[in-house]
This record gives sequence, C-alpha cells and structure tokens, in this order.
Amino acid sequence: MVKTTEESRSTARAPATTPAWPSDLKMRATGLDFYYGGRQALYSIGLQILTGRITALIGPSGCGKTTFLRILNRMYETVPHARPEGEVFLDGEDIFSLDVVGLRRRVGMVFQKPNPFPKSIFDNIAYGLRVNGMDRHSTLAEAVERSLRRAALWEEVKDQLHKSAYALSGGQQQRLCIARALAVEPEALLLDEPCSALDPIATAKIEELLFNLKDLCTMVIVTHNMQQAARVADYTGFFLMGRLIEFNKTAVIFKTPARKETEDYITGRFG
Amino acid sequence: MASAPTTVDHVRPPGRTWEFIKRLRRGDEVAHLITLLAAASIIVVTVMLVYQLYTNSTLPRHKFGFSFFLGKTWDPVSGEFGALPFIFGTVVSSALALLVAVPLGVGAAIFLSELAPPRISNVTTFVIELLAAVPSVIYGLLGIFILVPVLRKGVMPFLKTTLGFLPFFQGPIYGVSMLAGGLVLAVMIVPFIISVSREVLMAVPVEQREAALAMGATKWESTWQVVVPFARVGIMASVFLALARALGETMAVTMVIGNDPRISASLFAPGYTIAAVIANEFTEATGDLYLEALIELGLVLFLLTILINGLARLVIIATTQKGAAQG
Repeated sequence: MVKTTEESRSTARAPATTPAWPSDLKMRATGLDFYYGGRQALYSIGLQILTGRITALIGPSGCGKTTFLRILNRMYETVPHARPEGEVFLDGEDIFSLDVVGLRRRVGMVFQKPNPFPKSIFDNIAYGLRVNGMDRHSTLAEAVERSLRRAALWEEVKDQLHKSAYALSGGQQQRLCIARALAVEPEALLLDEPCSALDPIATAKIEELLFNLKDLCTMVIVTHNMQQAARVADYTGFFLMGRLIEFNKTAVIFKTPARKETEDYITGRFG
Repeated sequence: MASAPTTVDHVRPPGRTWEFIKRLRRGDEVAHLITLLAAASIIVVTVMLVYQLYTNSTLPRHKFGFSFFLGKTWDPVSGEFGALPFIFGTVVSSALALLVAVPLGVGAAIFLSELAPPRISNVTTFVIELLAAVPSVIYGLLGIFILVPVLRKGVMPFLKTTLGFLPFFQGPIYGVSMLAGGLVLAVMIVPFIISVSREVLMAVPVEQREAALAMGATKWESTWQVVVPFARVGIMASVFLALARALGETMAVTMVIGNDPRISASLFAPGYTIAAVIANEFTEATGDLYLEALIELGLVLFLLTILINGLARLVIIATTQKGAAQG
C-alpha cells in the first residue's frame, strides 16, 4: 500500500512542471457541480487556490462551503451517493483521476471537532507517518517533535508525549490534530471550522499558528466566523445556497464587496 | 404536573403529607422508587439463588470439602463425587467455541458495519439476530444429524492424518466429542458477537475514520488501526456476553458432547459439562448425597461464571488504561 502511495506521488509530480500550470497556483476548480443523491448542493463553482496563501470560505450554514472543502481531498466519498461533476486540479492534475490515498496524503484535513485518536500524544502524530511507511523510532521521534513544534504545541506537551491525547484541553487537542495532519508534510491543508468548538484564547492561538504555517503549506479554511476570515485569510470566497457569489482578496470582500448578497452577509443583515 | 406549581412551592421545605403527595405526583420520587425496586429485585434474586445452592449442598461440601473441585472421579454408585471433569469440559468447550466464534463474529461485524452497503447490512443483521432466537434443542438436533456425521466421516479423519502428531487430534473417533460441543456452541454464540460488535463499531464517531483517511490511510488501515481499537472495549463486552452464554448452555451441548466425565487432551474424546450433567442426572439422582453434589455443581458453575467475568473486567480495565482513556 505504501508503495502505491509513493508511486502515485512520483507520477503525480511529473506533470506539475507543465508550463500551462502557473507555479503560484495550487488548486483550481472549474464548473464544479455536486449532488447528494438527487439533491444538488453545489452549482458550477470556479475557484483558484494560490500556493502559500490562506483562502477562507464563508457563508451561512448549509451554503455548501464544507461540501466544497470535502471535495478537495475527496472526503465526500465516505458519503454514499455523493457525486461531483466538473473539474478540480491539484498542480495541474485532475484529482478525480489520482489515487485517493495519495491525494489525501498530499492534501491534509483538520476537522470541526478535535478528533484525536484514543492513543498517546506521540502515537497520534506517529500514526500518519507509520501509515506512510516510516517506522524507525529515531526518525519517528524527530518527525513527531518537528510536527509538534510547527503546531506550537511542543513546549506544552514535551514531557507527556506518552500520555493520552484526551488529557489535553480542547484547544491543545485541535493543535495536536493540526500537528498530526502536518506530520505527513502535506502540500495543502483543509480546515473545516477548526475553531468552532474552542474558546477565544484557544482560537487566537490557532489563528496565529495558521499565519505562521503559510510558508509551509497552502491552506483553505471554512469558517462561519467572519472576523476570523478577515484576520487570517488572504483570499475569501462567499458561498450562498450552493453558489460561489464572490471571490476576491479578503480586504476587497470585506471593504468593497461587489455583490449585494455579500455586503448583506458581512454586515450581518442575514445568516 | 399539568398545573405547573410556582417556584415558591419548590423552595418551601416539604413538611406536610399533602406536600409529599404533591411532590410524588411530579413523578421523580415514583420513578426513583420503581427503578430502585427493579434494580434491587435482581440483587435479591441472585442472593437467594446463591443461598439456596449453598444451603442445599451441605452434605457434599462437608464430606469432600475443597477436594470436590479437584476430584476426577464421578461415581454415583460408590458415592464418590469430583467436579473436575465437568469444570474441564465446561471451560474447554467454551474456550473452543470462542476460538472459532470470535474471529468469525468480529470479522463479520467489521464487514457489516464498515464495508457492506447499508441495506445489505441491515437485512443480514436481521437474519443473524433471528439465529439468536432459535431454540438450543434445534441446534442440538442439527449437531447430531449433520455436524457429528460430517466430523466423524470427513473432518476428524482428515485432522488425524494431517495434524495427528498433536495431542489434540488423537485417539478413537466417535463423532460426539469435545470438538462437536465446541463447534455447536460457536455457531450458537456467533450471532451475539456479530450483533453487539456491529452496533459498537457503527457507534465509532465518523470523525475518527475521517481523521485516518485524511492522512492517507487506506480504508482497511482506517478500519483496522483506528475504528476497531476505538470499539475494542465494546467488542470485548460482546465476547464476554457470548462466553457467559456458552458456559451455561445445556441442551445443544449435551446432545453432541458425548456426556462422559473424562479429562482428555484430545478434542476427539467425549466430554461433559456442568450444565449438561445437572440436566441429565438430576431427575435420576438417588440419595441425598448424589442430589446435593449436583446442586453443588450448580454452585461451582456460578462461581466459575463470576470468576471468568471478573477476569474479563480486569482485562478491560488493564487494556483501557494501557491504551488511553475512552472518550
């Protein structure tokens, strides 16, 4: 299995150098529709995700922003009868023709509720590494420390790596989940309302962390907290009823939105 | 309840009977009392059961003492009673059943909860749960007419020629045997394991599966390394539930196990279980000592069940602490 992942990775890298694909572009969706069984959830989404930037997706509940996010690493496949139509590219390659395991290895995900495994802190982070074929303890230990440092959690947990992850606070658990996702060194990280279960202080820590991770990987964050989008994101997309209403630099979206719906939403007139 | 009392009524200490009745009508006290009685009745029945088993087995307890547990001879004619062959038969047949039923049951549960389409999973589970309702005498008959001949003509000779160097597969072949008893028990307990394990596996939060998948784990890696360990305690509980059933099963076992109180390493040899000997010999027990020895066997079975369940508890506690606290 590990071999397949690596093979798909090496073949995956080759076309990335084709001149047609701009180097500052990480992912691109064009004409993307999405269906849950017979119900259409997304209508013709077109969106570009730039390398090394944070892209925020905002909009009221049920607008399709999480659905869109879960297409980017094909996590929608866990839902029966879910079906996308259209194209999504990662470094110039169609993600629907990639090996799904390899794709998720390249495009990591952090979830709404902190979801550590019922294992020790160390094993939580080592899990992804072991799955991807790393099993020498010394290399594992290094990688675990590196990931925890990147997630700004190392200083808090370095003396209790073998304690249960459930002993950590909610905010620490979420940073552990970020560290776990970073451990396999993904090119892009998808964050699905990562702060919705956290208090303001823990939220601030995560936001600072995301800001510092920008050099390391491209991030897409779904949030229903508009201030959060304004604080952390370089680009923001506004979703409404399955459509991408507006997409632009965050400053533009929040200061001079082009569309009436966007303005109504960010000024709190609905949603 | 209908006419909501004002908050002042809540604050006032209940001094009068009227006040008490009024509170009763709110239901809390009634519910508390009824559920307490329900719980207490279980304890009372258990205590009475042990008391009866204990007081009605005075004769053999005084005559044999502790050696009742270790005695290998069961000879009603000469008045010599030892429980060891029955303890052996009960433990070995149940262990054999678990050996077969646990991989089968957990495997099926994983398939039904993780891999099968929901509709197929639900239909199959319904059928499997029906199996749990089949009377044990039916399993016994199937054992006698189908399993035992197949064992005698096919499986046992094959095992003897291929694995005959092992002490488990030696000796004369009768068909009725410890192996037959264990296999019939396995078939009987597998539905419990499948049904409970499936429920537990399906209760594992979807976030756990997705966390593993999001790191590039395959479906199987996510299932085997994340979902199953998360559900481990529940799966063990299903196994112990099944074990309790196996230890106490009477009818089906006595029909195929051979009913011969001997201790043999070979699974081809007949055996006897505690429940089976009580059922078979109780009506014909002549003399107080014989009768009371059988009652003491009942006490032994009770103790055995407690011992095994206690060990099971310890295993759960130990493994839970080693891994991590369940969330």
